[in-house]
Amino acid sequence: MNYQALFAQLLVGLINGSFYALLSLGLAVIFGMLNIINFAHGALYMMGAFAAYFLLNVAGIGYWPALILAPIAVGIFGMILERTMLQWLSGLDHLYGLLLTFGMALIIQGVFQNYFGSSGLPYAIPDELKGGVNLGFMFLPIYRGWVVIFSLIVCIATWFVIERTRLGANLRAATENPTLVRAFGINVPRMITLTYGLGVGLAALAGVLSAPINQVRPLMGADLIIVVFAVVVIGGMGSIMGSIITGFALGIVEGLTKYFYPEASNTVVFVLMVLVLLVKPSGLTGRAA
Amino acid sequence: MVEAVMTKSPATASAPKPILEIDNLEAWYGESHILHGINFNVRPGEVVTLLGRNGAGKTTTLKSIMGIIGKRTGSIKFDGQDIIKTSSDKIARKGIAFCPEERGIFASLDVRENLMLPPIVREGGLSLDQIFDLFPNLKERLNSQGTKLSGGEQQMLAIARILRTGARFLMLDEPTEGLAPVIIQQIGHTIQRLKSEGFTILLVEQNFRWASTVADRFYIVEHGKIIDGFANSELQANMDKLHTYLGV
Repeated sequence: MNYQALFAQLLVGLINGSFYALLSLGLAVIFGMLNIINFAHGALYMMGAFAAYFLLNVAGIGYWPALILAPIAVGIFGMILERTMLQWLSGLDHLYGLLLTFGMALIIQGVFQNYFGSSGLPYAIPDELKGGVNLGFMFLPIYRGWVVIFSLIVCIATWFVIERTRLGANLRAATENPTLVRAFGINVPRMITLTYGLGVGLAALAGVLSAPINQVRPLMGADLIIVVFAVVVIGGMGSIMGSIITGFALGIVEGLTKYFYPEASNTVVFVLMVLVLLVKPSGLTGRAA
Repeated sequence: MVEAVMTKSPATASAPKPILEIDNLEAWYGESHILHGINFNVRPGEVVTLLGRNGAGKTTTLKSIMGIIGKRTGSIKFDGQDIIKTSSDKIARKGIAFCPEERGIFASLDVRENLMLPPIVREGGLSLDQIFDLFPNLKERLNSQGTKLSGGEQQMLAIARILRTGARFLMLDEPTEGLAPVIIQQIGHTIQRLKSEGFTILLVEQNFRWASTVADRFYIVEHGKIIDGFANSELQANMDKLHTYLGV
């Protein structure tokens, strides 16, 4: 067994898992609160990467400020989408939200493709994170290690805010019974808008993290979003911790499959999804409807 | 008769100005016209009870006051301000608190989180210690999931939750429904204590015998209208009518 290759694939799996976790976490937050299956998530992830690209190439603002500014900018864009379009779907069947966000994704991707084509635009790794570390059993590029650790921190922080703080309690309560929560004096529509902005911001953050690894492409989100939806279904729609654990776990499973049986690496997540749906339709950590 | 009740104070001739005045309130659930012109008032410090059969429009009246019903017309004046077009979160912030019939305990929140959920809207709300003094059971169950409590404890939690907010006008929708007699008695004591501390309470109740232990006045709701009203002191004299209205 070639351990160097195995660990390299595990690292790739962990990196992918980081993106899966960040994106599926955002999807779970949005689904939990808005009851919307946000198909525009991949396009918003792509916008995060492009925002970092523009900040660097137009305004001369580098990676570190972009980690904060790009999610805020795309998050605000998401809040405008929510206020102007998504809020009108409140109370309707999931299908309407899915169709609207799918249409939004096509428009956003189409606009970027029109101006930037389909090929990737380079985004350099920041100087502080260049190079790598020889761990003995494998060579670890510092940037990739940073992505895994930073994603984990962001995921755990998000989980903490939602599950362990007063703000999170308001969010969870509003997920259950928004009418009553509003009757207690909490401005639920504003909370919904901010939650959508948070979910979108997480997607954009994943986009910024991804830019130096995967380059910046209009369809970078479209490639990823289908797998991310499978992750969310496996973890359980709306489950915060389920999305995080499943995101990282499936990244690792994918990485291991690339090593042991590469032909199945693109389908293993979907096979798992089918199995989970057959055995536990609400997902591994989701509650039955 | 209704007009008489609305203008007559149960205690003195110089009754204080009503804190809540409902005038010709109509409300709809989708296409269904539920309230057909409700008129009544509540004065500061009173406990007023809406009585009526199932489906008469009592709960809809409370929800309309709270701004939860989408389509409503007429006038709802609270503290002199018309709130008919005000959103429910702003109504709550004016000092009206609502305890729904189904209690509205959140399954994803523990007892402490349920208690702390409604924001403080005014000064003068009960502290946690005062709440535990009223409802000692809650102190022992603080870390339990809200929906794991017994029905009585859930009702206590639902009432305790709104007492924290500082709201002085409480709307309680069938607080005794489905509860054991001993718990009903405890809730009665609580309402009496709140009344003695100056809270104004609008109660929806089917159990008029229990309601008579706490209420100052009654209004009878039928087919989305107030069809009668009387002070608690007139209850015995109106017992025959009441039996007819309520079908008991």
